[in-house]
Amino acid sequence: MSFDLVIVGVGGQGTILSARIIGEACIIEGRHVISAETHGMAQRGGSVENHVRIDGELGPLVPIGGADMLISLEPLEAIRYGHYLKKDGILISNTVPIVPPTVYRAGILYPDTDSLLLSKFNHAKICNANILATEAGNVLAANIVLIGLASPHLPFEEENLIEGIRRSVPPKTMEINMKAYELGKIHNEETC
Amino acid sequence: MGEIKIKRFMLCNEAIARGCLEAGLDFATGYPGTPSSEVIDTLNAYHDRNFYVEWSVNEKVALENAIGASWCGLRSICVMKHVGLNVAADPFMSLAYTGVKGGLVVLSADDPFPHSSQNEQDSRRYAHAAKIPCLDPSTPQEAKDMVKYAFCLSERHEIPVMLRPTTRICHARSDIEIDDIPKESRRGRFVKDPKRWVLVPAHAKELHKKLNEKQEKIIEDLSSTPFNYSINRGETAIISSGVASAYAHELIPDGVSFMKIGTYPIDLRKLKAFTERHKKILVIEELDPVLEEAARMVSSSEIIGKMTGDVPLGGELNLNIVHGILEKNGISPKIRYEERDPEEGLPKRPPSLCAGCMHQPTLYAIEEVFKGDIYPSDIGCYTLSAHAIDTCLCMGSSVSIGSGISHCEGRNVVVTIGDSTFMHTGIPGLINAVYNDAKMVLVILDNRTTAMTGHQPSPGTGENISGTCKELSLEAICRACGADLVETVDPYDFVVMKEALHRAKAKHGVRVIIARHPCAIIEKRRKGEEIPFEIDVKRCTKCGDCLDYGCPAIELYDIKPIINDLCNGCGICSVLCSSGAITRRKER
Repeated sequence: MSFDLVIVGVGGQGTILSARIIGEACIIEGRHVISAETHGMAQRGGSVENHVRIDGELGPLVPIGGADMLISLEPLEAIRYGHYLKKDGILISNTVPIVPPTVYRAGILYPDTDSLLLSKFNHAKICNANILATEAGNVLAANIVLIGLASPHLPFEEENLIEGIRRSVPPKTMEINMKAYELGKIHNEETC
Repeated sequence: MGEIKIKRFMLCNEAIARGCLEAGLDFATGYPGTPSSEVIDTLNAYHDRNFYVEWSVNEKVALENAIGASWCGLRSICVMKHVGLNVAADPFMSLAYTGVKGGLVVLSADDPFPHSSQNEQDSRRYAHAAKIPCLDPSTPQEAKDMVKYAFCLSERHEIPVMLRPTTRICHARSDIEIDDIPKESRRGRFVKDPKRWVLVPAHAKELHKKLNEKQEKIIEDLSSTPFNYSINRGETAIISSGVASAYAHELIPDGVSFMKIGTYPIDLRKLKAFTERHKKILVIEELDPVLEEAARMVSSSEIIGKMTGDVPLGGELNLNIVHGILEKNGISPKIRYEERDPEEGLPKRPPSLCAGCMHQPTLYAIEEVFKGDIYPSDIGCYTLSAHAIDTCLCMGSSVSIGSGISHCEGRNVVVTIGDSTFMHTGIPGLINAVYNDAKMVLVILDNRTTAMTGHQPSPGTGENISGTCKELSLEAICRACGADLVETVDPYDFVVMKEALHRAKAKHGVRVIIARHPCAIIEKRRKGEEIPFEIDVKRCTKCGDCLDYGCPAIELYDIKPIINDLCNGCGICSVLCSSGAITRRKER
């Protein structure tokens, strides 16, 4: 059986880096991995999705209704991609909204994501990753906070996951990223 | 052979570049285009390189450069996206006749869906039309294995070989086996052979005959590869290719036969033998029904696919779609997925221009000065703008469609095209417009880079892939093309930008304005953060002008606009605000 993971967010938030960390952890553990990334036109502030499939000879896309875990760097995107999760799959999400410009232009309201995250998912762990990342030293480390929050549910030995982070981030940011990881990990407030 | 290979987590395009190096690549060319760009970017980043690499001006010249290297006996690759092959089609079609010396691989990356392209054409059709072999990878590892094989195949049969990955393969990242890279490099030598390299009609006749004779041997060569295989285990079968074969493989139950085709021309004898063993055959492939047409040609069995309406003719496939196709045709998929529907009515989040992008003030100014006029545009980031974009067809088309319209319409025609796109195929359109007395304004959006594909250099930037180089002047080119007016402005100075457009409007002939300001991403990297702007809520009259401008840094909070952290300090909004409510923040 594969472990299927979908990582979503807004272009520029660091979803590709998060997927890379998972992939490096797989290499360290000698496991087969394939991931699908969003590049090019879709990156410019748009909604982005990265799929990661661990173990097995598989195509790069996670099926709808098949993901074991959804990591979302933005709450609206968690709701947009929620249908990828299996019924017993887990959501890991940031709670800080990024309001898309279409909210003004199309006159649609940004939904009440705080309550939707609670009502739509059977199994979810959420946190204000921006605050925790800022506390760690840089708001850009919000993606690593979420990796920390997800870590007890990821199929890796923790030391290998941390080595995956080390291999993927610029060396001078490792200290901040490790702090972000720890803050995410100890923020173990299960919301559902 | 039980040796364990080192593995790295690599993007498929990086793995293809690595495969080229392991095969002893000598020469690489390409023009950036998603999803192919990272192949050349990766080759360029390789340390101690003993091969030549260039970003070419367009795909035609890229392929012709690679041909030059191949005819000197060197291993070369030319990298492009599928629509780039249209630009390179002229040398591509005739190259099959002359053939090659050093192995030559043409990488044409297709884009089903399409994620970042103007169409969903299928490069396998091009390979077929040119009578050259095509390799169609189903995984990143296979793509790397295929490119290595492609150089050998190309040399054995003296024929160019196409590698055709799709977006889902190019931008998949996987654990990839690493082999050594040979240290030695070849030196090229052109050996004169007019009967081959001079494609006059008398030679073409003979070379076409030879090309036809090669086909059988190529099919034989391809049939010995692991890229094609079949498993017999029932009366029903699935035939599949590319990434679709990975989906089919994942879902196929035990009692159903499977054939995976990864190389073209298809071995029709093998295909016939396989189809004849089965009563019902499901063909699952992306883009055009290439496998399906071949199966129908050789088989009397029941064939289900795109031509029966069971497999979609457009878009990309995924596990859920393939799941549905199998179920509908009485095949019970090995894995079942829970039915889940996406949440409806959510605000969309399409890609948009960056805060501070120089395209936005330029296009906004055009819309203000040339209200109600016609705005042909081109391929680049600017198509993401909500202002002054009326057409986008293919690279360079804005200039020539614009001049065409100007011969038919009374309204002003204001054409926009990026600097790299202008160099690519815009220049002939400008020459043609001047030559044939068109009346139009051409605005070159010179952001000093090829931004959409990841900031590659182009001839106007003073940089090539290896570093600084001769800088070609857009102004000098436009003057030499005969433009009646050539003016350069910085669109960050919105008032001056509009004045220049007004001056152009008052003149006749072909008028060129070069709107020059570096891409906001590049400028931020070079200069760091600028002090952002803010809106004084007391002075704001809620007129909405700043929001209409369409900067992602300006958003509506409750009922008033605010400026968020994306602001890069360009200040255009402060010029647009008629109540003077927008000013630069006092401190960071």
